[in-house]
Amino acid sequence: MKPFRFDRAGDISGAVATLAREPAGEFLAGGTNLVDLMKLGVMEPDVLVDVRRLTSGEIEDLPDGGLRIGAAVTNSELAADRRVRSRYPVLSQALLAGASGQLRNLATTGGNLLQRTRCVYFYDTTTPCNKREPGTGCSALEGCNKDHAILGASPHCVATQPSDMAVAMTALDAVVVVRGPGGERRIPAAELHRLPGDEPQRDTTLEHAELIIAVELPPLAFSSNSRYRKVRERASYAFALVSVAAALQVRDGAVHDVRIALGGVAHKPWRARKAEDALRGRPAAEESFRAAAEAELAAAVPLRENSYKVPLAGNIITRTLLDLTGAP
Amino acid sequence: MEISLKADGKEHRIAVDPRTTLLDALREHLGIYGAKKGCDHGQCGACTILLDGKRVNSCLALAVAHDGAEIITAEGLAADGELHAMQRSFIEHDAFQCGYCTPGQIVSAVGMLAEAEAGWPSHVTRDVSAEETRLTDDEIRERMSGNLCRCGAYANIVSAVREAAEGGAFR
Repeated sequence: MKPFRFDRAGDISGAVATLAREPAGEFLAGGTNLVDLMKLGVMEPDVLVDVRRLTSGEIEDLPDGGLRIGAAVTNSELAADRRVRSRYPVLSQALLAGASGQLRNLATTGGNLLQRTRCVYFYDTTTPCNKREPGTGCSALEGCNKDHAILGASPHCVATQPSDMAVAMTALDAVVVVRGPGGERRIPAAELHRLPGDEPQRDTTLEHAELIIAVELPPLAFSSNSRYRKVRERASYAFALVSVAAALQVRDGAVHDVRIALGGVAHKPWRARKAEDALRGRPAAEESFRAAAEAELAAAVPLRENSYKVPLAGNIITRTLLDLTGAP
Repeated sequence: MEISLKADGKEHRIAVDPRTTLLDALREHLGIYGAKKGCDHGQCGACTILLDGKRVNSCLALAVAHDGAEIITAEGLAADGELHAMQRSFIEHDAFQCGYCTPGQIVSAVGMLAEAEAGWPSHVTRDVSAEETRLTDDEIRERMSGNLCRCGAYANIVSAVREAAEGGAFR
């Protein structure tokens, strides 16, 4: 691992100010992804600013009925919170579908959102990768790409965003609260991650030295009727091939309102707005669920090894919505 | 950098390079070898320790980021020469072959039972909003999925953990 300076900031503004002066520095929270990337030489920051004890480790009720999750809340604490489990089960399930018990105990809410892709070429420093080394080319485009994106990719990068938690937060219209050198701003979860375009080295819309301090979950009348479904290559402890986070409200047999987001299909959690729009007012039945999924996936551009993801995504959207109607 | 660690009941003050993980601090600086280096990338669980009471992968935690922490390894689970109930259960059930993953398995199982006792759900919990979870074999397998055993002693690991759980072997 390349040597680095370790900085213990006293407070959030101090941490932000320190990193703003260090163009090759990074914030460190739980470290479960960053430390690994540093061991592998994929990331080589010259300064780490420790923020784990600076941001809040509490989950607070908001006056409007929502929740504010401090950035330092661990993935296991968030998954186990009684309010999250009863009001936003999709979020609890998404967290529990990710990583292992040990990793969830270290990983934080802010850090989970900022974890890097698990594209094998991003991790293999002997191969070209535009995300790791801009301008070197994308090895996955014509290489081993069974795990890669089917939506919103570019000729520069076909990597996927790996966080399960972020997919649930995107479906729930969560808001990411960020503190930077210019003050505080609020970013809708759906706009935190970005499509690769010609700058795949940028995973998110955050600027350097902007620190996630909290995530707010707005109240949603039907969020208790929500669910996360993840398909992976083994029963546990693996990243998603495809996943779906959904919440459904049915009135008189018709879809009154719905939220759908997909994981494992794009460089960002994919909010399926086309499918949502196609569903409102339609019968809450398999036929309309499948038609809506197909409407969303019409834009899919599979690679040589991942065309399976198109029907897989269609099937799990359909099945998850059916489950949320209480259908057997 | 100078840091303090309490490891298996003893206070230590050590100087470490910022690159040192808790795993390397234990093994290279404190002479505590209970936490094993398997993959060194957070994928195998051999390095599992209890960090301030929670099970974590010590290979991914930088020591300088955990100044003042309290650590328990498999060595520290045994008190006054008396094996922990989970350790006895692993022996009784022959829950290992080569033994390399075993200290991590045992520490992870102890941490896992405390999580289950606190009512934490898992990926296989049918209703995450339910108040209580019964620790079925499926629950044990899922909750222990962060600990790999390449000898494949899983069948006996599950029975060892199940019996220790029934006997109340959480801290």
